Amino acid sequence: MAQLAPTTTATSSSGVVRRRRRVPAADELPLSMAPKPALRAVAIVVLVIACLYFLVPVYWLVVASTKSNADLSTTFGFWFSGKNSLIDNYNSLMSWTQGLFWRWVGNSLLYSTVAGVLGTLFSVMAGYAIAKFAFPGKKIAVGVIMGGLLLPVALLTVPLYLEFHTLGLVNTIWAIIIPSAVSPFGVFLGMVYAQSSVPTELIEAARIDGANEARIFFTIVLRLLAPAMVTIFLFIFVATWNNFLLPLLMVSSADLKPVTLGLYGMMSYFAPVKGAVMLGALLGVLPLVILFFALQRYWRAGMAAGAVKG
Amino acid sequence: MTTVATRPGTRRRGRGIRREGLHGWLFMAPFAVLFVVVFLIPIIVSVREAFYSQVPSGGGLFGGGELVDTFVGFDNLVTAATSGAFWLGMGRVLVYAAFQIPVMIIVALGLALLLDSLLVRRVAFFRMAFFLPYAIPGVIAAMMWLYLYTPEVSPFMQFLPAGTDFMAPGTILASMANMTTWTYTGYNMLIFLAALQAIPHDLYEAARLDGASGWRIATRIKVPLVRNAALLAVLLSIIGTVQLFNEPMIMESANSWMGKAYTPMMLTYNSLMGQVSPSGNGPASAFSLLMAVVAGAMAVIYALVQRRKA
Repeated sequence: MAQLAPTTTATSSSGVVRRRRRVPAADELPLSMAPKPALRAVAIVVLVIACLYFLVPVYWLVVASTKSNADLSTTFGFWFSGKNSLIDNYNSLMSWTQGLFWRWVGNSLLYSTVAGVLGTLFSVMAGYAIAKFAFPGKKIAVGVIMGGLLLPVALLTVPLYLEFHTLGLVNTIWAIIIPSAVSPFGVFLGMVYAQSSVPTELIEAARIDGANEARIFFTIVLRLLAPAMVTIFLFIFVATWNNFLLPLLMVSSADLKPVTLGLYGMMSYFAPVKGAVMLGALLGVLPLVILFFALQRYWRAGMAAGAVKG
Repeated sequence: MTTVATRPGTRRRGRGIRREGLHGWLFMAPFAVLFVVVFLIPIIVSVREAFYSQVPSGGGLFGGGELVDTFVGFDNLVTAATSGAFWLGMGRVLVYAAFQIPVMIIVALGLALLLDSLLVRRVAFFRMAFFLPYAIPGVIAAMMWLYLYTPEVSPFMQFLPAGTDFMAPGTILASMANMTTWTYTGYNMLIFLAALQAIPHDLYEAARLDGASGWRIATRIKVPLVRNAALLAVLLSIIGTVQLFNEPMIMESANSWMGKAYTPMMLTYNSLMGQVSPSGNGPASAFSLLMAVVAGAMAVIYALVQRRKA
């Protein structure tokens, strides 16, 4: 097996090369329709310019996080300066945030994960109910959820704060987790997936075999919906991590802040070390970026399923 | 909208239907409860609060005693609706939307068409590069761009004509529009790309055989077929823009001339925090409601205009 592996790779890669040169693949156009070289060049130039626009700021973030305030204003912006101030910046990030920086990252991770797990489970349950059960009030429920998709959520945050204040939930982790775990979009995705990938015959067969509804859901349906659940989890996780207004209103203790709110606090300090702020920004988005690209195909799955809202 | 799963229901007798309804609601329950807490109660709260003000029980301007909720009728709503600051902020947001949304949607659609045109390889790389900014939380992206706009720090200020100021009263709206465009173009592009890739390729081949150019295929076949995705993206962008908050909050931290009411959402937040007059739960709720009405009206107008065109 181990000996065979290199050979198979070799054939398949040469196969790809050959296919590209002679036989058009199923999703490619035949050679007679191949684009003109000039047109190709224009397309490549446009795409590379777009690439620079999207990537250069992120690249600059990396460069800036290694520079001192003085180097930021005197040295060439798009390259590292002779003196690497990364360690200094890290130390001043820690002292500016009173050692709370990693706690903030941890908080973001906690809020996003808990909201993501609960929100995904509840969304899939609701989506499954809508797709596979007839129950009174279903049409109204679907209408209300779809209305929730279009509702400007920031506008709800102010009355939500008043409500949570009355309930005594303000300045607790639940003030962030509960609102973040409610995702009408997640229900919509769950519904679409349950309709397309959970065969009604399978559920009926399990019922005839005597399985109860909870068992059917947790052993059969959840397994079938696993890819959908990753997609829903991603959407909720990212939305929770990115939220700013909600924690800004709900959380006042420094040790409950998520990283977005913590870094915003840093901005308002008098004359902060800019490299340290940029380093904080970089470290604060790194977990998200990694998750993002590791699970990239699930994003596309979500969008293809009619994903329209982040 | 949904295919109602009537089959199991119609087969069974009355008791079975009732059981099915019960199970459906049990699966809906966790989401439904949270939806009520996070969406419906806040709407009721904001309507209720909008009709009340907190005044000292002692009476009079300097009256002592506890704050009590007092019914004030339409006072708060009238104050909100006649607030110059509110409509000035709304005007800024509308100007912002009128330029930012078309630019973003057209660029996103253009990039998606280029990636779908088979003119270039390495589609996966470009797709990832364009989507990367979406992984960066709005607040953190705004902090990064704020530094990119700051003359002492910015890496590209030296290449621009002297006197370029990204944060002057005349340019700051465009500078913030750039932040939003940077973040969301890739996201919208992915939605368009998903829609484009769902179009069967036979259609293009048939058009090619009929002598249609790549340009004609793009404008006559592809664009009309992703029209619905584009309409929805515009609608969601309008709703998102009315709530514009993160970018102006960050910009204001370095440009205090922007004030506490630069956008309606900033005004609402600062009204709740007691940093602008009128302040308090009542006026903040009234501002929220008014914004919801404006957002709803814009969405309806847009939908009607599009329907008439179609």
